Amino acid sequence: MSTSRIGASPTRVGGHGRVTGLQQYVADIRLQDVLQVKLVTLDCARARIISIDTSAAEQVPGVHLVMTAADLPQPVPRFGPQFVDRPVLAVGETKYHGEPVAAVAADTKDAAEEAARLVRVEHEELPAIFSVAAALDPDAVLVQDPAIRPNDPLARTNVLREHRFGWGDVEAAAASADLVVEGSYVFPMVTHFAIEPHGFMAAPDGDGIAVWSSIQHPNWLQKILAKLLDLPLAKVRVFAPDPGGGFGGKQHTKFEPLVAFMALETGRPCRLILTLEETFQAVRRVSTEVHVRTGFRTDGTLVFRDVEANYLIGAYADIADRTVSKGSYASCGPYRIPAARILARSILSHTPPSTAFRGFGNPQPIWAVESNMDDAARALGIDPLELRLRNLPRKGEAFIPYDTPADGDWEQTVRRAAELIGWGTPLPPGRGRGLAVGMKSGPTTGLSYSTVRLLADGSVVVYAGTSDMGQGARTVFAQIAAEELGAPHDWVTVVMGDTAVVPYDQQTSASRSTVLMGNAVLRACRDVQAQLRAMAARLHGVDESEIVVERGVVRLPDRVLPIIDVLKPGLGRLGGELIGNGEMRKDAEPDHPLGGSAAFFEFNCTAIEAEVDEATGDVTLLRHATVSDVGRAINPLQVRAQDEGAAIQGLGHTLMEHYIFDESGRIRNLGAIDYRIPTSMDLPLELLSETVENDDGPGPYGSKGMSEGALLCVAPAVAAAVRDATGAVIRDLPLTPERVWRALQERPTR
Amino acid sequence: MIETCPIELTVNGRRRALEVAVHHTLLDVLRDDLQLTGTKECCLVGECGACTVIVDGRTVDSCLMLAVEADGAEITTVEGLAPEGRLSPLQQAFLDRGAAQCGFCIPGQLMSAHALLASNPHPTVAEVQEGLAGNLCRCAGYRQISAAVLATAEGAER
Repeated sequence: MSTSRIGASPTRVGGHGRVTGLQQYVADIRLQDVLQVKLVTLDCARARIISIDTSAAEQVPGVHLVMTAADLPQPVPRFGPQFVDRPVLAVGETKYHGEPVAAVAADTKDAAEEAARLVRVEHEELPAIFSVAAALDPDAVLVQDPAIRPNDPLARTNVLREHRFGWGDVEAAAASADLVVEGSYVFPMVTHFAIEPHGFMAAPDGDGIAVWSSIQHPNWLQKILAKLLDLPLAKVRVFAPDPGGGFGGKQHTKFEPLVAFMALETGRPCRLILTLEETFQAVRRVSTEVHVRTGFRTDGTLVFRDVEANYLIGAYADIADRTVSKGSYASCGPYRIPAARILARSILSHTPPSTAFRGFGNPQPIWAVESNMDDAARALGIDPLELRLRNLPRKGEAFIPYDTPADGDWEQTVRRAAELIGWGTPLPPGRGRGLAVGMKSGPTTGLSYSTVRLLADGSVVVYAGTSDMGQGARTVFAQIAAEELGAPHDWVTVVMGDTAVVPYDQQTSASRSTVLMGNAVLRACRDVQAQLRAMAARLHGVDESEIVVERGVVRLPDRVLPIIDVLKPGLGRLGGELIGNGEMRKDAEPDHPLGGSAAFFEFNCTAIEAEVDEATGDVTLLRHATVSDVGRAINPLQVRAQDEGAAIQGLGHTLMEHYIFDESGRIRNLGAIDYRIPTSMDLPLELLSETVENDDGPGPYGSKGMSEGALLCVAPAVAAAVRDATGAVIRDLPLTPERVWRALQERPTR
Repeated sequence: MIETCPIELTVNGRRRALEVAVHHTLLDVLRDDLQLTGTKECCLVGECGACTVIVDGRTVDSCLMLAVEADGAEITTVEGLAPEGRLSPLQQAFLDRGAAQCGFCIPGQLMSAHALLASNPHPTVAEVQEGLAGNLCRCAGYRQISAAVLATAEGAER
């Protein structure tokens, strides 16, 4: 049998529910006797809570509980994926605009909303930190109570962590450089804006608890809840219906603990569906100020790079510090650099907690470093494409010492992107081209288990703890199982999203699932194939060593049989099934600066042709080419959709998206009216998405993860095109018409 | 006390008599009173289009319309596109073109596309993009969605 299912694009598993409205997201699930929860928040960022009067709220008919920090176990439980810092409800003071100080549970949404308005919180607004400069001022107020991180020498500063990476001797290299190019680049706070606002439900479940969440990492949530509630893992059942978009914002625990405590207190299911505005206050990308200094020889060879990156995380760490370490670690880019010095800081502030967001800390330094490359190309008089090609490592070449060597033919990717927009050919006046490369380390550790059941009729059930949030993981796993076990695609069911049923998976992030869970599924299929081999040996009186089972068939010495022809007689009259298990593990490497090397790299080149309206500053993208090295596209339709989706999402932070704060730390553009994301009217006139496929990834059939690549370097490519077209130099994102117009007025005369 | 008002709606061809809270939106009533959860809730300010339904032949952000305003109206929701469980050509095209990724915006996209094709059976790409400009997709599958709408229009022509 051929490899027909791999590289094909069968109908999305779960697609029918998505086009009929039958797909149930968390907010669509109706629990009997559910109480509706509404959060109580203050209209400023930082305030001392003097008193909370819940009496009026409790009088509202239908209200069952008004919970404050005083109603929780004392001290108030805290949680977080990396630091145990976030309280279930604000304790003593609020630390960001939107942090809940209380929550109401009532029979109806109307009652919950009315009661939430009647909770009287006497409070005093306090001075607060909203910027890197304010946070690093020696006299700055401390965002975090030093007691939360005892024995940490940084505890009495607003720096949560400092990360230092590097190799070679930067000072010596600097002395030998022919040219040093430096600059500072700013990346704004932006929010995920998943169209599904986060939803949480919890219900007492016998002697345990059941929790529903639109979460990417159900097993991580289970672990956190078990600890907070002092329950064994087996008594915390997490249902994780497919999220309506995640993009990193739904990776980690948010209000599930609060809703769980409310459910246990009331003895009834409790349900909290955030408003879109509340999601803005719950998740965002880390804003970043990056200073880059790079040394070159006159021929363009890189000599050293020195990066200082200040990431403004929020009031609680969530997974933000990991985005800082992982993003900054790779910040010298996919280049051969003899000497590098990287210093990155995770800086606390009185702003909404930042978290993972597609690209995971990389788009910020990539904006800086790739813009710096463009600056250098101009200063050196070398074509920006040539400058990249001159310094790209070849496949197999180590470029970050002690990490995974370059795992693709990256030059092929870069050349193709340039070619797609006609790089080097003449352009009409007023137009410009820009190009940038983006690289991101894939997962550094991982653990995924899968169970695959081959049923008596040849149909298959796959269990995989991945969250299918749009990337199409179900379909890819179904393709793998169908291919290996010879089942029709629509005879495969993929079960996800229930920790009581589905084996453990570490997480759905870092574009890992096709590679890590995909390999677990493949190994589970191999386990079933091994059982089929034994079955065939028994049935046909042949030694097992003479039989091969692969890709849907059983190869006997004298003939090839479809699996079903061995399965049915092998199972016999009672029927039954074959059950296979697969495990894919990428262990931690304790001596590695990040705790583990990259499972693979996501590598993308984006090339842009742009035109700028000199009167308004409006940028039009005439061509946007994105080329990603995906190893092998198991499902080309989904790969293209992810690649284009990442590219367009990248246009958001490049051209229009950013939080605007007032002096009290309130987000002024809170909600869909004032915070704009790309619509169907904001697409490039031509969007060209291609893949490089050399079957050289660690995933099934040579695949690599790919869902983030096309977002990584959109901003520097667009800014370079704008500069090429107009001479305007912009180092702060986004390139709003106003900012572009101002840069046009200030541009150096050409 | 919550003030209520009796209304009658025809939803996906079925007449429904309801007593609704006067301040509840059509979206509230569809999702909470009629359990038609295919229509989605996101921004609640008429910007994202996730709650798009067709009211008397015109697309409406159901979060912006009070249920009482819809009294007597004929309403089509996503559940009405495949009444016997058979996908409409538009729904099939969304599947075939990979237009549904996370899927949360898709009911709204489908309703806007359905209304667009009803008024303009042979739209250009630009007309499709404009017709669906009020429906945000954060997976940004805009090109797949446009392709599905155009394919449906072409299919109808044959």
